[in-house]
This record gives sequence, C-alpha cells and structure tokens, in this order.
Amino acid sequence: MAKRIDVSGLTAYYGSHKAIEDISMTVEPRSVTAFIGPSGCGKSTFLRTLNRMHEVTSGGRVEGKVLLDDEDLYGAGVDPVSVRREVGMVFQRPNPFPTMSIFDNVAAGLRLNGNYKKSELGDIVEKSLKGANLWNEVKDRLNKPGSGLSGGQQQRLCIARAIAVEPKVLLMDEPCSALDPISTLAIEDLIGELKDRFTIVIVTHNMQQAARVSDRTAFFNLAAVGQPGKLIEIDDTERIFSNPSVQATEDYISGRFG
Amino acid sequence: MSNAVIAEKRPSTLRGASMPKWSPWAIAAGSVAVAVAVGAGAGLTKVQWGLISGLLFLVATYGIAAKVEGRRQAKDRIATGLVWVAFLVALVPLVSLVWVTVVRGVKVLDVYFLSHSMGLVADSQPGGGIYHAIIGSIEQVGLATLIAAPIGVLTAIYLVEYGRGRLAQAVTFFVDVMTGVPSIVAGLFILSLMLIFNVEPFGFAGSLALAILMMPVVVRSTEEMLKLVPNELREASLALGVPKWRTILKVVLPTSIGGITTGIMLAIARIAGETAPVLLLVFGNRFINNNPFSGPQQSLPLYVYQQYAAGNDYAYDRAWAASLTLIAFVMILNLVARAIARWKAPKTGR
Repeated sequence: MAKRIDVSGLTAYYGSHKAIEDISMTVEPRSVTAFIGPSGCGKSTFLRTLNRMHEVTSGGRVEGKVLLDDEDLYGAGVDPVSVRREVGMVFQRPNPFPTMSIFDNVAAGLRLNGNYKKSELGDIVEKSLKGANLWNEVKDRLNKPGSGLSGGQQQRLCIARAIAVEPKVLLMDEPCSALDPISTLAIEDLIGELKDRFTIVIVTHNMQQAARVSDRTAFFNLAAVGQPGKLIEIDDTERIFSNPSVQATEDYISGRFG
Repeated sequence: MSNAVIAEKRPSTLRGASMPKWSPWAIAAGSVAVAVAVGAGAGLTKVQWGLISGLLFLVATYGIAAKVEGRRQAKDRIATGLVWVAFLVALVPLVSLVWVTVVRGVKVLDVYFLSHSMGLVADSQPGGGIYHAIIGSIEQVGLATLIAAPIGVLTAIYLVEYGRGRLAQAVTFFVDVMTGVPSIVAGLFILSLMLIFNVEPFGFAGSLALAILMMPVVVRSTEEMLKLVPNELREASLALGVPKWRTILKVVLPTSIGGITTGIMLAIARIAGETAPVLLLVFGNRFINNNPFSGPQQSLPLYVYQQYAAGNDYAYDRAWAASLTLIAFVMILNLVARAIARWKAPKTGR
C-alpha cells in the first residue's frame, strides 16, 4: 500500500532560476513528514517535484532522483500521469470542480481515468467521504454542487477526491492555511487516521501543526532572496522541536527569524 | 448630560451640506425645459435640443453642487453625470434603429410573408415573402458555423493549453490579422477559387467566406473564456492522474462551456448580417433553393439590399420586414446563448 520515497540530489528550476538545490531525504511509508521553513524557500516546489506536478508550470524542470519504492519517478519512459495516480495531492486552496456535484467530485478521479466498475462507484465514494470525515455532513446532498460547501468541507471533499483513487502517497500543500481552527482540527485528526494507509507529506507554515501531526519534520531555508532553497535538516519531530542540531532551525522555530 | 451637550455643539467633521436625493432629477428636468424653450424659440432640431439639455445638465450640476457641497463633491457629481449622458447618447441610435425597423417592418410581416418566396412576384408588385431567404440564411450560416466553430474552438484550446513559442505566436498574429479582414476580401478570396475551377455561385461558397469571417471571432472569445478557468482546476485534475487531454475535455471545457457558447452565438450574429460575400458568391435567387451545394440561393441581408435597390414602396416594405426578421433572428440567438450560458454556468447553490 503505502510506499517509501527516496530523494537524492534533487535540484529544481523555473526556467533558468534555480528554486531548490541538492535535496536528499527519505520519507518512510505510513508516516507523516512535515516541511517547514520561511516563505519562498522551496517547500512547495519540492513537494510538487514528488508527483511531477512541478513540470506542469512552464519552464519547470528537475535534476536528480526521486525513488518511489526503488522506481525512479524521473527515469526514462516514466509516464507522469501514472506517477500522479500513485502520488496524490491536496492543494492550498480548496478546489472542487465547480461543474460537478459532491458525488461527481469524489468520483472524478475514477471516472476521468476510466478504470472503475459502475457497481463499485457508490461504495468507493462513500468510503472516501467517510475516510475524509465528511460523509455524515453531505450524505443527504450528494447531488448538490461541491462549491456550495464551506471552506473546511470543500478541503475535506478535495481530500476525499484525492484518496478515492487509492494513491500510495498523499502530498498536502498547506491544506489548512485557508481554514478556521475547527476545520483545521478536523483535517489534522484526519491526517492522523490517514497515515495508517498512506505515506503523507505536508507543507505547513504553522509550527504547532507540524509538531502536532508529524512524525518527522524537515526544515528548509534559503541563504538570501534569489538564492535556491536548501534542506537544512530532517529529523524526528520531537528532536527538531526540542533539540535541533542546526542553529538556524532553532532560530526559526523559536521565532528569531522568518 | 454635559457630555452630550458638548458633543452636540461640536461641528461635525464628517457631515457637510448635501443636496437632496431628488436634486439630479430636478436639474435634469430644469435643463430639458430650458433646452426645449430655447430650441423651440430659435427653431432648432430635436437633436440640438438634446445636446443643449445634456450640456446644461452638466454645467448646472457642477455649478450648483460646487456652491452647495464643495468642489470635490461637484467633481463626483459631474463624473456621474457624464456617465449618464454618455449612456443616453449611446442609447439614442440603438433605440431609434429598433423603433424605425419595428414600425416600418410590421406592415407586411405576417405568416404569408414568412412562408412564401418571390418566385411569382415582381419587385414592383405587392405580396411575396422571404421564405427562400430564411432557408438560405439558415443553411449558409449553419454550414459556416459547422466549419468555423470546431476549428475556432480547437485553435483556442491549442493556444491556451498547448501553445508555446514561435508557432503559437504566429497563430495568434494571424488570428488578429484575420479579425481585421473585410468581408468583401473574404468573398473575393473564395470567388477567385471559384473562377479558377469555373463554378457557378452556390450557397456553400458563401458559407466558406462566412466561416473565414467567423473563425477569428470564435478563437478570440474562446481563448478569453479558457483563460478564465482557474489553473487550480487543471492542477487538481492532473494531480488525480488524469491525462491532459481528458482534463481539457472533462474539466476545462465544461467549466467554460457557457462562455464559449455565448462567443459562438455572437460570432453567428455577426456573420448572419453579412451581405458582401453573399452577393459575390451566392448571388441571390427569387425562387426557393433548398440545396446549398448547387445553384444560387437567397439570404436575408442580400434580400434586404436587393429589395431596397428595387426602389418602390412595396419593395421598401419587404426590405424593412426582412430587416426586422433578421434582427429578431439575431436577438433570439442571443437569448438562446444567454439561456445556455446560465444553464451551463458552474453552480454555486448550497
């Protein structure tokens, strides 16, 4: 089910601008890894290289290796579409498809990919919505448009949509930054449940959130504006927040910069 | 209590003198009255009455507001006044055009007129109708749409979703150039082909010229609509492992289909009134010709032109009635487009 991610020597560019440089790390299966760091340090860019969404941006290209259980995502002949079926993504702003109902939104991944049995679709949608803790709130209005839900519900709808296609890894790019504390709590609880089934990587600006939900935490930083972002250190969350081995990490966590 | 008294006595810095709500109407009525009096006295035309009242309204508004409220409020009022005057000036030709067409058009516009051709009626006689022109217009415009709409939409999809670098720039440039091609030039282009192959005028030739005119309009409007689709939706779909072409087909197009339909309908409305290429390529016909691929046909704008050129009262009436039919046709298309746009628009209800 969940897969391990092994990154080595990864550098990503936007055109000629180097956004992140020489990043290596390992993400264990069935764990939550949080990325923290100041704005512009390349956390999101790095996250997007993990399911080849980086190259969707014009001029985006990548050097280095990302191994998903020993298979290089950037190897010759690898189809980015297949990569994205294994590595799902939840975005910063909730983005349900505006033309589709709640049911269709969750079923979108399966329907658009065409690999599903009609009889199973209802069950999968129900299972995914239950997995995203949204079932009880929407079970009576599955045919209503998804854009009519509240922001927190929309974000859980997007999570349901992402897990409906049964990815091995789930990437989350600041999933709670547009949400109120109650919705944030709901999503954090959800992350705790989902990590039994998926490998989860989450970008967050909220350090308490990183401390609450993650097993491992990676700190990114950049030397100066315009310089590429780098991975400063990655360690067990407890260690990062109590006794980090690099001074910059401690400065950032204790609020002395950034 | 003493506090309240002090507060009342202190002059307000937030409230100044202001003119009552009805004052713009009063000023407008006053300026119209003065303009009518002056105009009638000096024997001016109605257009001049209107211009005088508009000018008077602006000057009076500024003068009174500057006295009562201050210069800043006066400027605000004069800006508002200019917008209103410009709106009314723009409305005058539109309303008068529709008014004249309706008044003159309804005289002979009835079921007989809509269901008969000019086959047995000379231009100098009463009677006759536009059935053959309606058939011709619908067939020519319909075929032109069948050609231009798919090509235009696909070109726009290429430009927005795939186009990078030189080729896309070249396509954009030529679409811009095509937007500026006069309709007679499009007609001459097809005509030169017809002369090379030595064929007689027929309906479909007109469709080809109309398609040339329609294509750039469709490309432009579709392009704008596709650009309005948030990138987040494309990324959401791609991140689910959906291939790009299916993302475009199932997410991008459904989200923008309302706007694209409206754009196509407006393009149809534009070509439905074209006369020049039809005159060259379809030639016109007094009889009913249902086959657009052989023999000359009639079309509504061409019918209007030919009837008006005939130059007698019966022909004038027919020309106006045909114009009214054409306007109604375009207006119905617009209403249909709006209905489709509303029906297909992304839903926001709870």
